[in-house]
Amino acid sequence: MAKISMRDVRKSYGKDQVVHGVNLEIANGEFIVVLGPSGCGKSTLLRMIAGLETITAGQIAIGDTVVNDLEPRERGCAMVFQNYALYPHMTVAENIGYALKVAGTPKAERMARIAAVAASVGLGDFLDRRPGQLSGGQRQRVAMARAIIREPRVFLFDEPLSNLDAKLRVQMRHEIRRIHNRIAATSVFVTHDQQEGMTLADRLVVMNKGVIEQVGTPSEIYDQPASTYVGGFIGSPAMNFLSGQVDRATHSVRLASGDRIDVSPAIAARNHGKLVQIGVRPEAMTMVPAGQGTLNATFEFVEELGAGRLYHMMFEDLTLTVLAGDRQTLAAGAPVGLHIPASAVHLFDADTGKRVEAAPLAVVEQVPA
Amino acid sequence: MRRAYFKFSWIAAVLLAPQLMIIFVFFYWPSAQALYWAFTLEQPWGGGNTWVGFENFANVLSDPYYWGSVRVSVIYAVATTILAMGMALILALFADRQLAGYRAYRIGLIWPYAVAAPAVGLSFQFVFNPGAGIFSYLNTLSPGVWDPSVYPWQAIASIVIAGAWKQVAYSFIFFLAALQAIPRSLSEAAVMDGARPLRRMIDLQLPLLTPTFFFLLVINITDSFTDSFGIVDTLTGGGPFRSTDLMVYKIYTDGFQSLDYSGAAAQSIILMLLVMALTFVQFRYIERRVHYT
Ligand SMILES: Nc1ncnc2c1ncn2[C@@H]1O[C@H](COP(=O)(O)OP(=O)(O)OP(=O)(O)O)[C@@H](O)[C@H]1O
Ligand SMILES: [Mg+2]
Repeated sequence: MAKISMRDVRKSYGKDQVVHGVNLEIANGEFIVVLGPSGCGKSTLLRMIAGLETITAGQIAIGDTVVNDLEPRERGCAMVFQNYALYPHMTVAENIGYALKVAGTPKAERMARIAAVAASVGLGDFLDRRPGQLSGGQRQRVAMARAIIREPRVFLFDEPLSNLDAKLRVQMRHEIRRIHNRIAATSVFVTHDQQEGMTLADRLVVMNKGVIEQVGTPSEIYDQPASTYVGGFIGSPAMNFLSGQVDRATHSVRLASGDRIDVSPAIAARNHGKLVQIGVRPEAMTMVPAGQGTLNATFEFVEELGAGRLYHMMFEDLTLTVLAGDRQTLAAGAPVGLHIPASAVHLFDADTGKRVEAAPLAVVEQVPA
Repeated sequence: MRRAYFKFSWIAAVLLAPQLMIIFVFFYWPSAQALYWAFTLEQPWGGGNTWVGFENFANVLSDPYYWGSVRVSVIYAVATTILAMGMALILALFADRQLAGYRAYRIGLIWPYAVAAPAVGLSFQFVFNPGAGIFSYLNTLSPGVWDPSVYPWQAIASIVIAGAWKQVAYSFIFFLAALQAIPRSLSEAAVMDGARPLRRMIDLQLPLLTPTFFFLLVINITDSFTDSFGIVDTLTGGGPFRSTDLMVYKIYTDGFQSLDYSGAAAQSIILMLLVMALTFVQFRYIERRVHYT
């Protein structure tokens, strides 16, 4: 068990900087999920914590020890790799127990611990098999068991579920969360699957192009995205965006089309004349008869999602989507009104992409999901 | 497994013909000739060959010189194989760790494979020559201690070193390729498990190299039985006192210098059977212990 603190951590490969000054404090026992698109530097960050990659600048501390110059084996981290990286010539038991063997644990104790850990992840019957004789899910469990048996202070996961089918992925997700709760290590989990991130995390770290865009609980990040990037990345179906200019007099944002979208008077007062991006989540908009809404759009087509429907509209030359629970039958090309309540509007600075607030962001006290 | 079946076609036959011709002219025909000679004897005063059955084989196998030749061939094969594969493995492990300058010696190490055996033998003349070679330094310390043309064990050591030097390159390439095919994440997993480089080498790299190791063992043993002629011919000429008279070399001297075609042919057949038997044994008993992953 240990906290992790990163101060201005940077990584360059030759002249290319791929991680640009990451600051992050991870509390003891926390489950952190690092979320970001492919190539944003998630794995690099994780590998720097593990010690598999050197740190170009900055400082990483685990517990109270600065680990910049420590070998991986001295850091007390265990890692689960995306492709599991099981030793193909060793049996399941040998794979799980390898760290203990290297550490010189006596054989009797080793065997007892292997059996206990294997049983805890449901591998009791497979101890004599080779990894090649296991299914994907079983291999995944071996990789987990290999990490658990070391009783690490820190658990690192690099997209460990991405090779599994959808159902197994959900199942293993729950199992990982259960294991985390049981052994109470600090966990850092890297993924590009936002659903995985939202459901697993105590706190989410959203990364983009080597910088952290936002850190917060999943609900904070969903409700108050700090930038257009986070707004667009988190949430499925994705957020709708419109450009306009803030007008204090009507406390609204004026779009190029002349339409106005109401925003809270406090925001309008502070940001008069500012060019902004408006973000509206598909489920926060409602369809109303043409002419009665905030905007008038043209219906294009509908996607059935089972629990609801996703309606695609054309507004000017933009596609907007509305997620609604009810099933309406609309003809393609039919005019539709869209109602956008002021409370549903997220405002972002058009130049910087940063969230525009009425007042400095209040600290939101929320119980982790 | 999917298989494709093709109908017989003239185009295929024509395209195959050159390759088949080459195999026929350079392999089947000489082999058939050897078989013919091995079971016949040329009459002393001409008049064709007479069938003698296994008499040629009996003569060869009752010749103490032949058994001497077998003994030294086995010593040579085992010694060059161990030396060449051991060196190749060590070099490949270092090249794989990407120690400083590994690019340079990776290329440097591949060259010897392209050098013809007689050229290797000639160059090693300059190394082992008791008067002028590198080893002649020993004679300045204590006159007469080094002379492969006098001391049989020194002659054997010379051909072993030259033969191994030539074979190192081939094994090195395969070992290096196999090492580089081990996924990096495996080594990283072992690093996370706390294993240091030497430990990873023993627990991870060497076991994963076993298929390559087995393949190279077969190739090296076969090569050292059949491909040593050039080195012996240029370096020792089979001497001193027949101490380096390897089986291939003896076939050549008996056949082309003593003009005993029948004896040489019988020896060729025996050598061929020996190599086949060795390969069989290796596949039967060693391959089982190999982890194919
Ligand atoms: N050894 C390396 N040499 C040079 N550049 C590298 C190296 N490893 C990673 N990079 C670069 O660093 C950036 C971040 O890579 P990283 O592997 O951390 O991405 P990621 O967020 O984990 O992506 P993914 O989701 O695809 O795994 C990428 O642009 C990548 O090209
Ligand atoms: Mg990655």
